[in-house]
Amino acid sequence: MAAEREPPPLGDGKPTDFEELEDGEDLFTSTVSTLESSPSSPEPASLPAEDVSTNSNGRKPAEVVLDDDREDLFAEATEEVSLDSPEREPILSSEPSPAVTPVTPTTLIAPRMESKSMSAPVIFDRSREEIEEEANGDVFDIEIGVSDPEKVGDGMNAYMAYRVTTKTSLSMFSKSEFSVKRRFSDFLGLHSKLASKYLHVGYIVPPAPEKSIVGMTKVKVGKEDSSSTEFVEKRRAALERYLQRTVKHPTLLQDPDLRQFLESSELPRAVNTQALSGAGILRMVNKAADAVNKMTIKMNESDAWFEEKQQQFENLDQQLRKLHASVEALVCHRKELSANTAAFAKSAAMLGNSEDHTALSRALSQLAEVEEKIDQLHQEQAFADFYMFSELLSDYIRLIAAVKGVFDHRMKCWQKWEDAQITLLKKRETEAKMMVANKPDKIQQAKNEIREWEAKVQQGERDFEQISKTIRKEVGRFEKERVKDFKTVIIKYLESLVQTQQQLIKYWEAFLPEAKAIA
Amino acid sequence: MEGRQEAGKENKPSSRPVDAQGDSSLQVEISDAVSERDKVKFTVQTKSCLPHFAQTEFCVVRQHEEFIWLHDAYVENEEYAGLIIPPAPPRPDFEASREKLQKLGEGDSSITREEFAKMKQELEAEYLAIFKKTVAMHEVFLQRLAAHPTLRRDHNFFVFLEYGQDLSVRGKNRKELLGGFLRNIVKSADEALITSMSGLKEVDDFFEHERTFLLEYHTRIRDACLRADRVMHSHKCLADDYIPISAALSSLGTQEVNQLKTSFLKLAELFERLRKLEGRVASDEDLKLSDMLRYYLRDSQAAKDLLYRRLRALADYENANKALDKARTRNREVRTAESHQQLCCQRFERLSDSAKQELLDFKSRRVSSFRKNLIELAELELKHAKASTLLLRNTLVALKGEP
Repeated sequence: MAAEREPPPLGDGKPTDFEELEDGEDLFTSTVSTLESSPSSPEPASLPAEDVSTNSNGRKPAEVVLDDDREDLFAEATEEVSLDSPEREPILSSEPSPAVTPVTPTTLIAPRMESKSMSAPVIFDRSREEIEEEANGDVFDIEIGVSDPEKVGDGMNAYMAYRVTTKTSLSMFSKSEFSVKRRFSDFLGLHSKLASKYLHVGYIVPPAPEKSIVGMTKVKVGKEDSSSTEFVEKRRAALERYLQRTVKHPTLLQDPDLRQFLESSELPRAVNTQALSGAGILRMVNKAADAVNKMTIKMNESDAWFEEKQQQFENLDQQLRKLHASVEALVCHRKELSANTAAFAKSAAMLGNSEDHTALSRALSQLAEVEEKIDQLHQEQAFADFYMFSELLSDYIRLIAAVKGVFDHRMKCWQKWEDAQITLLKKRETEAKMMVANKPDKIQQAKNEIREWEAKVQQGERDFEQISKTIRKEVGRFEKERVKDFKTVIIKYLESLVQTQQQLIKYWEAFLPEAKAIA
Repeated sequence: MEGRQEAGKENKPSSRPVDAQGDSSLQVEISDAVSERDKVKFTVQTKSCLPHFAQTEFCVVRQHEEFIWLHDAYVENEEYAGLIIPPAPPRPDFEASREKLQKLGEGDSSITREEFAKMKQELEAEYLAIFKKTVAMHEVFLQRLAAHPTLRRDHNFFVFLEYGQDLSVRGKNRKELLGGFLRNIVKSADEALITSMSGLKEVDDFFEHERTFLLEYHTRIRDACLRADRVMHSHKCLADDYIPISAALSSLGTQEVNQLKTSFLKLAELFERLRKLEGRVASDEDLKLSDMLRYYLRDSQAAKDLLYRRLRALADYENANKALDKARTRNREVRTAESHQQLCCQRFERLSDSAKQELLDFKSRRVSSFRKNLIELAELELKHAKASTLLLRNTLVALKGEP
């Protein structure tokens, strides 16, 4: 984690510098560094920072290169993919983000990459401030809103449709403001596509909001009570946060599936997201298998960073869960307080009505009014408690689960590499045996197999190094986001508490003269 | 659990719902109190220059049962039938608090040392608050008696204040409790009967109004009191919730990355302070609102009891009238009937006169008490809200100030 590295004070010593430094350090540790060389324009120069890769990088092809190769897959996106396009800058801060996501990561682009390798110092030719600005400021000029939940259909086939509005100045989108209607399973479908493409190569894909059979059934059945409205609002807010997190990820933002989700008016229905579908069951089986595998993989961790990080995330997970449970209790009690205050307000009003001393009667009615307003206040504060504090924590608990998943994928990748090495060894042994037994045709076969497996071992090593590298970057980005997120939300939450107190002051100050007026 | 309360020494709880300003000829206060296993011993101190007493200053130790005995003695005394008898203080009840402390002790191993210490502190404060309240209630009872021109002259009262020995008043046993319970039922039935009695006209508008008023008032104040209690309880729960939150934030802070470390630690501190403030809001609402409502619940019951006695006297008077008429028609025992009727009439009128005064006093007492407590409540709420705002603002400045 960059924080531990204590980057030497730069120009203005802003903490965001550490990210740049990470890349720098990567440059130093790798013998070959690959940079897009377009020193001509300032903006594309930011790209080199993102595309720093280690030796045998087969996975981060330069945009320029990929453009030609991937055109067929990303018909929509072609016009945006130009490396020199100035709009690139906002999206691509300091992370590797090829326009095209490695859908088939095993494609060998290595030879091309090597030819493009440039010397590391290019990155340091740029001023520090420039790098900071890109890393810091309003890098993402894209705003997503999820609103207007609308019930569509009737009975058990009913569903809620949400309006997804995008406001952006990014040129990869055809318009600057547009909106579409999506249902919950569409969001799940999007996540499932992104996860299948990016998770196993080390990208932290934000998890989608959870399903809730109970909640949804209530809505379907048409219960118009406050609990189902609350449920819909909770879901709407969660979907909005989910999309906002997803577009913040520079790589995911480039993904055509994401773009299609945001832009196209018609979306093929994602049936595989249903819990009880065939795909759903397959998912559950896979999850179980994964869990078993995880227990049996014994990895030789050569890099202490990964072990440290995993431990840190494990601790963080536990702490957040504890805090989350306590905050949930707070929300519950505050709601109770609100309800009890409302009940008291009513009885105070009744008491005021019975009171036969006029001034006291009036004061009691005023008290009742104050208490009623206070009950509203408590309710709003409970919402703030929940939507700001509690939901932040639960989002991060699930995000950390995604992070842990990515670490697990790295282990699996290592395992695959290990297995390839073992198989290669076996093939070599077979060859030796065949040499001794002098069976020429078998020898040839063995040699072929050896070649095949040598390539696989090489690929396995490359894959493993790539995923390790990606994870390092991702974790850096994730932590940065997390710090920002927490800080912003904490401040917002405290401001809501201040608001409540200030309102309380207002109400009681208005009441005091009434109480004094009792003669 | 032992606890000493020097009620006289520290600032008097201004939570007392009644301003019992007696004149200086008889001053009563509870100067000390000790809580032992299941009873509380109050030290009742009297300062008086009244000729009746042997000394000008003296004190005795009394327990709750002796207060009840005194109260019952007043209620059963026919002489005071036309007066509102100050409601008896409620029995000291530490049961709930004790249970909670015990549960805490048995403990939940998942809470940290600091959390445990804080929760223990909270419960001890709660215990102390209950203790203070019970002392205040007992004191107010005595002070109202001392302030009342008629009640203060009661012989039993003098005995209670002066007699050095134990009054040997044991707590009511089950039979007596049951008896008391039955008496209440009989009373309500009787009341219902009387009011439905034909020919019983309430001649006085004042009392008609008072009756309607008190009936409704009593029900509604009971309601308000219950609900105020619930609000207070919710505030307490909220304050208690801040304990684990603060603890979790604190441990997060110590383990977190540098950028978030200070934020979490400051937040942990903030919640700890907010907890204290929230706790004070809860206890102030308890004292200024709940307790006041509860007191007037009991006082309005005492006023209702007075009205019942007067009504009973009226019914007796009516019956005596009827008996006199009957005796006159039969021309038998007219003299007895006449004197009986005279007696009833006198009694009824005496009761009515004093009841009227008592009820007017009740109203002014109530109004001034509500006024005082509502003002104090508003002032305290403001004080706490301002303190919270300051605290939150300072934290915000500190958090925003960091990179």
